[in-house]
Amino acid sequence: MNRLWTLVCKEARDGFRNRWVIMITLVMTALALILSFLGSAPTGTTSVSPLAVTVVSLSSLSIFFIPLIALLLAYDGVVGEAERGTLTLLLTHPVSRPEVILGKFIGHLFLLTIAIMVGYGVAGLTIALTGEAGFADQEWDSFRRLLLSSVLLAAVFLSLGYVISAWVSERGTAAAMAIGIWLLFVLLYDMGLLALLASDSGNGINGELVKWLMLINPTDSYRMFNLTSSSDTALLSGMAGLSADHRASDASLVLIMLSWVIMPLAAAIAIFKRRQL
Amino acid sequence: MNNIELISVTKDYGRTKAVDNIDFGVAPGECLALVGHNGAGKSTLIKMVLGLTRPTKGRVTVMGHDPMATSFNRVRKTIGFLPEQVLFQNNMTGRETLDFYARLKGASVDGLDDLFCRVDLLSSADDRIATYSKGMRQRLGLAQALIGSPELLILDEPTSGLDPASRQNVYGIINDMKSAGTTILISSHALTELDSRIDRVAVLSRGKLVALGTIAELRQNIGLPSEIKIQAPAESLKILTRHFGGKCLINGAARFSCPAGGKIAILKELMDLNIPLADIEMNDPSLEQVFLALTHKERQADE
Repeated sequence: MNRLWTLVCKEARDGFRNRWVIMITLVMTALALILSFLGSAPTGTTSVSPLAVTVVSLSSLSIFFIPLIALLLAYDGVVGEAERGTLTLLLTHPVSRPEVILGKFIGHLFLLTIAIMVGYGVAGLTIALTGEAGFADQEWDSFRRLLLSSVLLAAVFLSLGYVISAWVSERGTAAAMAIGIWLLFVLLYDMGLLALLASDSGNGINGELVKWLMLINPTDSYRMFNLTSSSDTALLSGMAGLSADHRASDASLVLIMLSWVIMPLAAAIAIFKRRQL
Repeated sequence: MNNIELISVTKDYGRTKAVDNIDFGVAPGECLALVGHNGAGKSTLIKMVLGLTRPTKGRVTVMGHDPMATSFNRVRKTIGFLPEQVLFQNNMTGRETLDFYARLKGASVDGLDDLFCRVDLLSSADDRIATYSKGMRQRLGLAQALIGSPELLILDEPTSGLDPASRQNVYGIINDMKSAGTTILISSHALTELDSRIDRVAVLSRGKLVALGTIAELRQNIGLPSEIKIQAPAESLKILTRHFGGKCLINGAARFSCPAGGKIAILKELMDLNIPLADIEMNDPSLEQVFLALTHKERQADE
């Protein structure tokens, strides 16, 4: 346990030392603020909570941005150390290979959690404080869900990043594959699904099947989790028309995302265990 | 019982045999040098000893344990390792680096100043590694290997790319560890400087163990001649060349080779001549020459 803690601390310190956390937090805060203000401008005096608008805007931002930064952080984890020669040295110490992966995962997740909490937190507080509605009347519940699910989304793509990193032997390959994974989950998957629906004349494909096909993608689960979190967010995101049986329960959405954390992480450990040094 | 024991160890990478059926042991307190060309299998051998790769065939035992077993983690605390090429993280200080590895080893972090002192880095311990010279990085690596006073020290090319002063420093530390009873496995190219420090040499060529023994044994087995150089007045030189068969003459000195084991006979002969001599110099073949001759022989046998 002590050794795992040592590994975690090192990853966390690295993140602060090379100013990664500061940079990402600043970028996230800036983006979040811009989106929040742009998003809240047209609401005027509607009954919709400005924070609900923020949640909708931020979750759209997260779907692109969080997987990207998580992959950027993770793809280098194993292969980078292998290239520097520190991996060999590390493994001659009394640490097991699963500990190395878990140490990186916990350390990196800690860094991303800081960036998300601070970045989105600042945006959320600003909107809530400048809005006309009372502070306590805001959609805090939706906002809390946004923060927690964003951390979960980050964990998903960290795990996927380690799979790549433990597998390939060169950093360049790992970087290219990380971009590929990002494109696949964030863009291509949904486009493919859309194409499938468009090619269908409307009676062949089972709606239930399409729903689960979509939700199997963790980014879509994340979207669904946040956009239907309250009547306000659903209304704003065009999800209000969804009948109850077309939604998925929170538990199943979280379960999908959690399994996207655990399975790749287990795969990364298994691959790393077999890696030749 | 030997600290390191290799029994018919073979390691294949695809079709190439990186290590081919090697047997040897390193006794407690012994300093064994692993020499060979690049790609002779030294690093692969070291990786198997450290439990980083599993041998394809044969058995490796280190401190009585299988290095690939999970239980080997207990043994790892007693092993110090300096990799051939290690790039420590530039944005960490030397102290943070050692602190990290000490914690992983479960060693005390109070003794770090002592280690910095030994490798002559105390004044830069709190500087970032980015500001270190190559020699300083190598010495930091060595300090890392010395954490927790290891019983077994494995050094892969500890002096590659170092200036003579830093080399002497590294050799001094190796000497200290040896006198303290540490078992040392060292792989090196800088053979001449190692001569006096090692107990035995294992010569590898293309994954095969081509020679194993003390330097003196290797010299005798390979039959490399020693070289004798005599400075004398011109008169004596004439007699010398006539007597020993007209060997090479350069600016007032005669030089000739003397077969292994024949030094005393030649000296006696020289004294019997009873001629005025100015100076005499005898050079035994260096480890470098022995090694070259050995690997050359192996290659010829291969072809």
